[in-house]
Amino acid sequence: MAEVTSTSAAYLALVRSRVSAQASYRTSFAIELASQVLLIVVEFAEVYVVFHQVRSLGGFDFAEVALLYGLSVSAFGLADLAVGHVDRLPFYLRTGSFDAFMLRPLSALGQLVTSDFALRRLGRVLTGVVVLVIAVVAAHVTMTPAHLLLLVTTPIAGAVIFGSVFIATATIGFHVTEGMEFANAFTYGGSYLSSFPFTVFGRVIRRLFTFLVPVAFVAYLPALAILDRRDPLGLPTWLSWCGLPVSLIAVAAAIALWRNGLRHYVGAGS
Amino acid sequence: MSLIAVRPAAAFAEAGFRRWATYRQAAVAGVFVNTVFGVIKLSILLAVARSAGGSVAGYDPAALSTYAWVSQALIAVVMIFTDTELADRVRTGDIAVDLARPVDLQLSWLAADLGRAAWSLISRGIVPIAFGAAFFGFHVPSDPTSIALLVPSVVLAVVVSFALRFMLNLTAFWLTEVRGIVLLYVFCSGLLAGHLIPTQLFPGWLHTLAYATPFPAIVQTPIDLTTGLATGTQAAALVAAQVAWAIGLLAMGRVVLARATRRLVVQGG
Repeated sequence: MAEVTSTSAAYLALVRSRVSAQASYRTSFAIELASQVLLIVVEFAEVYVVFHQVRSLGGFDFAEVALLYGLSVSAFGLADLAVGHVDRLPFYLRTGSFDAFMLRPLSALGQLVTSDFALRRLGRVLTGVVVLVIAVVAAHVTMTPAHLLLLVTTPIAGAVIFGSVFIATATIGFHVTEGMEFANAFTYGGSYLSSFPFTVFGRVIRRLFTFLVPVAFVAYLPALAILDRRDPLGLPTWLSWCGLPVSLIAVAAAIALWRNGLRHYVGAGS
Repeated sequence: MSLIAVRPAAAFAEAGFRRWATYRQAAVAGVFVNTVFGVIKLSILLAVARSAGGSVAGYDPAALSTYAWVSQALIAVVMIFTDTELADRVRTGDIAVDLARPVDLQLSWLAADLGRAAWSLISRGIVPIAFGAAFFGFHVPSDPTSIALLVPSVVLAVVVSFALRFMLNLTAFWLTEVRGIVLLYVFCSGLLAGHLIPTQLFPGWLHTLAYATPFPAIVQTPIDLTTGLATGTQAAALVAAQVAWAIGLLAMGRVVLARATRRLVVQGG
């Protein structure tokens, strides 16, 4: 028990040092926070422009797509805040600073995760939640306890799913030195795609992002239940409720991949 | 104003090409990512066209496919997401070495950037376009003016984007941490350049706003020449706008550089 306390105290100290480091460049921090909010505005502009042209996309109207968008952005924002910087792994591997992580009496993954706790990413989470709340009202969601439960748990499950995707794809860095861009297809690609109804995608993309990289559980599937709709593509309704269990499977898979990657690590030789 | 001669410029361009050609794995990864994003983007646009009754804002499915794949191919060529190499050199002080060289800083970096762009076009541009053409269709341009202007238009797109990125990087002389302003730039360029969604689909006010900036000149213009949405005098006018932006922004960059170097205090001996 004492060991657990001292470990979490160590992580807390690491996170606190990152936070105070960011607070020391105030102007830059303010610009970064503002640009995180602007990011959402620009991203959402795409949805806005689409619905300037048409009234429905893949069978979903503006408010319904905004609901998908709110779920996806708040989940991705949380994941990005917590673990988004694990894509810096190749940098640590190349410069040999990963060896320092290995020498300290804390888990390497834990240290990598706490190596850069970027508070500016809070801007994205907050904007996502605001869009979500507005969309819930605009889409006339009936507020049953079941819907409320889904609305609260979905961004959390979604964050865990995206976090697992971040960690799983970062392990590519252990095997291929300059291949980190591969990860973007699943992290940022998954985030981009999860904010649109899956009915617009072809079968290959749909299956890939439902069963292999489970981002369908981040927004599309739970949103079907929240909107009291059936999947036009015929997936069973109970899948809408599987976000949390799927997120746990995703974490287990990500940790297994991480351990496997760590076994391949031989050091930079410095 | 000392302009660099042709031979050193060619040497810089070649060095730019060879330097980036070292990263083959990165190029393969980049092609994969561009292709996945291309499929996602095109799926959304095709769904828009279906909802709109077959075509939208002058784009039929083949034109949308062309738009999606050319815009994906151009990401690396015109560096939509920019880089911060020059800003890093300002921050570390290495810029002093660059300024001491007997070549023009802006034009030598421009030459190297054109070399880099050539490598990007070959390594990251051709495969997504070929993939898209094979699976989703492609509009081969038929208008002689557009065909003649296509290559100059891509080169001008690189020059305009370079001129913008050059000034963006120079802000490092005033700001210690450029990450915020870089993010700001990336978001503006992604939307206003027509990279996320074609500018023809924009509502009127956003379209006007976009064309008041140089961003459409770095992505939408070469695409319009390929999709056939701009032909004849219209195509010529778009390329003329690219020329004007290129000259204006390069000149502005020289003014910014002159002011920046006056601020420069080199540390140490």
